[in-house]
Amino acid sequence: MRPIAPEALTGRVAGFVAHLRLNDFALGPAESAAALALFGDIDGCDPREVRLGLKSLLAGRREEWERFDDLFEAYWQGRGCIRRRPDTPATDSRSRPPPGPWRNHLAPPPAGGSERVHPPGAHGPDDGEARGRGRVVASPRSSLARTDLRHLADPAELAEAERLAARLARAMRHRISRRYRNAPRAPRLDLRRTVRRNLGRGGEPVDLVRRRRRDRPVRVVVLLDVSGSMEQYSRFFLQFVKGLTDTWAESDAFLFHTRLVRITDALRDHDPVRAMSRLALLAQGFGGGTRIAESVRFFNTRYAKAALDSRSVVMILSDGYDTGDASAMSREMQRLRRRARRVVWLNPLLGWRGYEPVARAMAAALPFVDCFAPAHTLEALAAIEGELARL
Amino acid sequence: MEDGGAARPHGLTDGDGSTPGGTLKVEALKSRLASVGYIADDALAMALHLALRLGRPLLVEGEAGVGKTEVAKAFATATGARLIRLQCYEGLDAAAAIYEWNYQRQLLAIKAREDDEGADETEERIFSERYLLRRPLLEAITQDEAPVLLIDEIDRADEEFEAYLLEVLSDFQVSVPELGTIRAKSVPHVILTANRTRDLSDALRRRCLYAWVEFPDPERELAILRARVPGAGERLASQVVRFIDALRREDLEKKPGIAETLDWVAALLDLEVESLAGDPGAIRASLVCLLKTESDRAAITPEVLTRITDRAAA
Repeated sequence: MRPIAPEALTGRVAGFVAHLRLNDFALGPAESAAALALFGDIDGCDPREVRLGLKSLLAGRREEWERFDDLFEAYWQGRGCIRRRPDTPATDSRSRPPPGPWRNHLAPPPAGGSERVHPPGAHGPDDGEARGRGRVVASPRSSLARTDLRHLADPAELAEAERLAARLARAMRHRISRRYRNAPRAPRLDLRRTVRRNLGRGGEPVDLVRRRRRDRPVRVVVLLDVSGSMEQYSRFFLQFVKGLTDTWAESDAFLFHTRLVRITDALRDHDPVRAMSRLALLAQGFGGGTRIAESVRFFNTRYAKAALDSRSVVMILSDGYDTGDASAMSREMQRLRRRARRVVWLNPLLGWRGYEPVARAMAAALPFVDCFAPAHTLEALAAIEGELARL
Repeated sequence: MEDGGAARPHGLTDGDGSTPGGTLKVEALKSRLASVGYIADDALAMALHLALRLGRPLLVEGEAGVGKTEVAKAFATATGARLIRLQCYEGLDAAAAIYEWNYQRQLLAIKAREDDEGADETEERIFSERYLLRRPLLEAITQDEAPVLLIDEIDRADEEFEAYLLEVLSDFQVSVPELGTIRAKSVPHVILTANRTRDLSDALRRRCLYAWVEFPDPERELAILRARVPGAGERLASQVVRFIDALRREDLEKKPGIAETLDWVAALLDLEVESLAGDPGAIRASLVCLLKTESDRAAITPEVLTRITDRAAA
C-alpha cells in the first residue's frame, strides 16, 4: 500500500465533508480539519477503520449514523485512498469530476463556493439509475417529477395561514404563562440567595428566599395528512404547520400518507425555496392513499418517546379516510393518547354540511381525541383559537 | 496518564496515516474492554479509541438497555481510571452539578467566631475551598489523574444546563466568583449518554464524537453471555440469544435489553432449565424478566411464544 500525497487527501476529505453537508449533515470547517487530523490516529489504509473513525467523528445523530455507511461508500468506493489511479497527478484531484456514484448525490452547486471542488456538467448518462438507491437527496431530475409545492395557492392566503398559526401559537403560550403565576408557593429554599439577602443581618436568616422550578412550555407535535383525499387542503395546511414550527420552538412536524416522515428540519430551513423542494422530496407519493393507523404506529414506535412528554399537544390534520384496519387505528390512538397531554384532531370535512365521522378509522379514533374541530377554511381555523387556549 | 488524553490534532500535512498500529490499538482497547466483561462492537470501540486519542467527549445514544452506561463503567475499569458520574434530571442546576457553598457550615463558622474576628477575615475564611462542596463536574476537573466522567441521560437535563455543560466541556475550567477560576489539572474522558427523550442541541453534538449503539447481534450477545454468566451451558446460551433476537423483532413497546437477557438467563438457571425446548411452563413463567409492560405480555401469546421457542431451540 502506497502512502497518499497529503494534498490529494486534503481535497478528498474536504470533498467528503462537503458531500455529507449536501446530505444535511450539520458540519462546519472545523469538522473538515478534524476529519483530516483523524488520519493521524487511525490506520488510513484500512477502509473499515477509516469508515468507523469518520463515522464517529462526523455523524451526530441516529439518522446520520444510519445513513453514513451508504454515503461513505458512494463517495469513496472504487476511488478511495487505496485504489487511486497511478496515472493521475495527485494535485489534480480538485479539478477532476467527482466519481461516478457521487454525481447522483449532487444537487446543482449553489452559486459560488463548492463549484471549484466539483464542477457542474458531471452528470453521466448512465450512473443515475444504475447506482441510485432512492436516497433522499436533492437532484434536479427527481424533484421535477414530484408535486411542486411552490405554487400552492395564492400568496396572500398562504401568508394569512402563517399569521394565523403564529396567533394560535401565542394563544397557547398565553395560557402557559398564566399557569406560572398561579403556581403555589415553592417548597424549596434558595439558600444561596437567602444568605446573600441576609448578609446585612450578620447572616441571620430573617428573609427567606424560595425558588421554584421554571416550567417548560407545552410542546406541539403536528401530524399532517398529505394523502390524495386531502390534496386540496394539505398544501395550505403545510403553510400553517410552517407558521407553527417557526413561532413555536418546542414543536415537531410530520407528514404522512402511506408512511410518515419528519419534516421539522426541512420546515425550519431559512431558504424558503430550498425548504419547499426538500419537502417535495420528503413527500414522495404525495397524493396517494392513506394509512393513518400505520403512520401513527410508526410515530409511536419511532418518534413518540423523543417528541412527546406529559406536556405535549398532538395535533392531527386529517380527514380520517384510512384504508387500514379500524382496530389498529383505535389501538394506536390509545397509545398516542397515553403519551400526550392532549390530542387535537382537525378535520376539514367536519365543516361540510351533513358530515358525520362515519369513516371507520375516524370513528375508531374519536374516543381518544380531546378536541375534534373543523378546519376547512381560515375562519374555521381561527375559531379553534379559543379551544386551543383552553387545553 | 493513559496513552493520549492530551493528544493534539495533527497538522494538516500529517496525511500518510500508514502507521500500522491503528487497528492494533482499537483491537487492544476492545480486548481490554472484553477482559472486564464488556463486549463492544467495532464502531463503539473505534469511537472510544478516538475519544481517548483526541481528548473529545463521546456521546453514546441507543435504546434503553443496550448498555450505554455500562460503556463508561467498563471504560473506566479497563483504563484504570476513576469513574465520576453525574446523573442528569429535569431541573438539574449548577449547584447540583458543579459546586455549591456549604452554607450551613459557613453560618456556623460565622456564629462561632462572631466576636473575635473582623469581617474581612471571616469572609476570607468562609469563602475558601474548605467550605466548597464539589459536585461531579468540579470534582472531575480537579483530579490529578484523568478520570472518566459519565454524564448520564443528558437529555433529561434542561437546555440551559446543556449550554452550560458545553462551556465546561470546551474549556475544562469552572469559575467560582469568590475563588477565581479553577482550571482542570487533567482533562477527563467524558462520556455522555442520551436516550432520545429530547433532541440535543447541534452545538453539543458537534462538540462530541458520536456512537449509536444497537441491540447486539446474536453473536455478540452470546459473547456477552459467556463473559457475564459463565455458568450457563453453551446450548442454553445460544438458544437464549436466538430467542432474544427473535423477540426483539416482535412489535413490542419495550424491547428487552442486555440486562433483561442476563436476568432471564439467571432465572432460567435458577429454574434448572437446561434447554428452551424442554419446559414451556418455566419459560412462560420466567418471561416476567423480559416483558415489562402489560401490552407486551399480551402481545406475546402462547402461540407466538411457541413459534419463537421452537425456532430458537432448533
